[in-house]
Amino acid sequence: MSAIGDQSLLYVRRSPADRLPPPAARAGALGWLRTNLFSSPANIVLTLGCVLFIVWAVPPLLRFFLIDAVWSGTDPDACLASPAQPHPGACWAFVRVWYSYFVYGFYPIGQRWRVDLFFLALAFGVVWLLRLSAPRRDIGALYFFVVLPVLSFVLLHGAPWIGLRVVPTALWGGILVTVVVATIGMVASLPLGILLALARRSEMPVVKLFAVIFIEFVRGVPLITVLFMASVMLPLFVPEHLAPDKLVRALIGVALFASAYMAEVVRGGLIAVPRGQYEAARALGLSYRRMTGLVILPQALRVTLPNIVNTFIGLFKDTTLVFIVGIFDFLRTIEAARADPKWAAPTTTVTGYVFAALFYFVCCYGMSRYARNVEARLTRSDRR
Amino acid sequence: MVERPDDPSMAAPREEVAVEVAGLHKWYGDFHVLRDINLKVLRGERIVICGPSGGGKSTLLRCINRLEDWQRGRVVVDGIELTDDPKRILAVRRDVGMVFQQFNLFPHLTVLENCTLAPIWVRRMPKRDAEALAMSYLERVKIPDQASKYPARLSGGQQQRVAIARALCMGPNIMLFDEPTSALDPEMVKEVLDTMVELAGDGITMLVVSHEMGFARQVADRVIFMDEGQIVEVNAPKEFFSHPRHERTRLFLKQILHLAGGSGPQPLAGEPSS
Repeated sequence: MSAIGDQSLLYVRRSPADRLPPPAARAGALGWLRTNLFSSPANIVLTLGCVLFIVWAVPPLLRFFLIDAVWSGTDPDACLASPAQPHPGACWAFVRVWYSYFVYGFYPIGQRWRVDLFFLALAFGVVWLLRLSAPRRDIGALYFFVVLPVLSFVLLHGAPWIGLRVVPTALWGGILVTVVVATIGMVASLPLGILLALARRSEMPVVKLFAVIFIEFVRGVPLITVLFMASVMLPLFVPEHLAPDKLVRALIGVALFASAYMAEVVRGGLIAVPRGQYEAARALGLSYRRMTGLVILPQALRVTLPNIVNTFIGLFKDTTLVFIVGIFDFLRTIEAARADPKWAAPTTTVTGYVFAALFYFVCCYGMSRYARNVEARLTRSDRR
Repeated sequence: MVERPDDPSMAAPREEVAVEVAGLHKWYGDFHVLRDINLKVLRGERIVICGPSGGGKSTLLRCINRLEDWQRGRVVVDGIELTDDPKRILAVRRDVGMVFQQFNLFPHLTVLENCTLAPIWVRRMPKRDAEALAMSYLERVKIPDQASKYPARLSGGQQQRVAIARALCMGPNIMLFDEPTSALDPEMVKEVLDTMVELAGDGITMLVVSHEMGFARQVADRVIFMDEGQIVEVNAPKEFFSHPRHERTRLFLKQILHLAGGSGPQPLAGEPSS
């Protein structure tokens, strides 16, 4: 024992240790390569495998979609193989010719400025609402949730009393419909989902039972079924002149479907809020509504933001299913265009689908990036 | 000096009753957690409740602002009898501040916002007034310079002092402390206890669940010992520590004072101002 005691005495400090700057990291590109790509035999094999895959896959894709691609031309012959171009690449000319159909569907050509105006108003609202540094975001919210819906309805559907002729929804199509369905689905599903999640955690048995039945039923059924029910069964129960528009029926179906998923996502966030937060809020005399709105939901939505965006991304892509009830969304317009016998070149189908994939990817990746930004900001502001 | 009647019954003529608990029974399922609790707390009285864990101390405290409900008996706070009526419950909670073991600050709000939330939304105070009020209380608990920080950046002791300031901002007549120092590192216990000692000097009614026997000896008017859901002994602190009447109390005191170093309850730095 005494030996150990003596030994430990050797480590008693006689002078304070200096504060030293951290050692410089192993710098240089070579150092980075060594630690990240070539640190072990397995890592070397993986790195080489990936390089080989890139060398094998990327050049042909570039050649097909960019170098050999047909960029201009107004008729289908441009994309067919000819002595001048024995192996024609992607037929971007097809996309260019059909572009306005992809965006507007059958919306009357003379009225398409109204759609453009709608896109602008929507983009303005989205930026105002979502840019955390934007001024007066409370007015932004008012604009987005009150002014914009009315404005959009007047613009897109029309208002004869101010000289905008009515464009029935059967003529709407393409990106317009995709954007309308996705936006309304998202905007409606979040508040509905929050209400359902709160209802499911309610102490009132009837409210809770209703929420459980709704959520489990809607989640347990494919979206296609919900859409069919909304568009086929609803008219059976409602007199014909009262039956809502086909697009509206699909919108209701999508919104209800998404809100059931959103409810479960939000419920996960509510569960993550510690009990002590509820107790502290109640002990301060906050009513249930104040407690929920000021203390619980801000924390619940924060932890569940990645899941909310995940649900939004899923919803955005699910909007393609509205074609099943005869609505011409973006993907359906591409389907229709590629089936046009005049454009029956072998490359048009691929090009059309790649164009669609690009559109969906840009939108979803944008949402994902935005969510990452907000997360990083929230983490910075209130964690250590 | 704090007035300390040696006989607890002598406290009776002093003014009105702040909290009255009568014949209170509570069960968690089959577990009888509170058994026939009877307690009168006078206005301005400072009461420390101690006892082994699981004895029902915190549960009793949480019944006083109805964070827990009960199956039998009645609780009257500031003349308001607590029932299922949400209006009564909210009225009592507005009047009763509570400090928790785990602080329970709102992590998404700054220290200042934590303190102004209830005054603004419950008392309907203008934001500027609420902030001035909050700053004055943050100064009292000696952390005005942390007002714009988020709670996660504060030490445990600082967080607990913010929690005290937050409760005080509602201008409560009664303060409940549920083991306010149990989750703190030893070197931070003192700063919180000092704050509470200072508060005790202001004449606010305090009910404190704590094992800080030094605090009890210095500040309490009465010490309550609870075990197995019952109040076993109520006594003035001097008597409680020197001549515990009940065998169970004696055993408990022996155990916790032994843990504290065997030298008996340590006095705190500042005596309460009178």
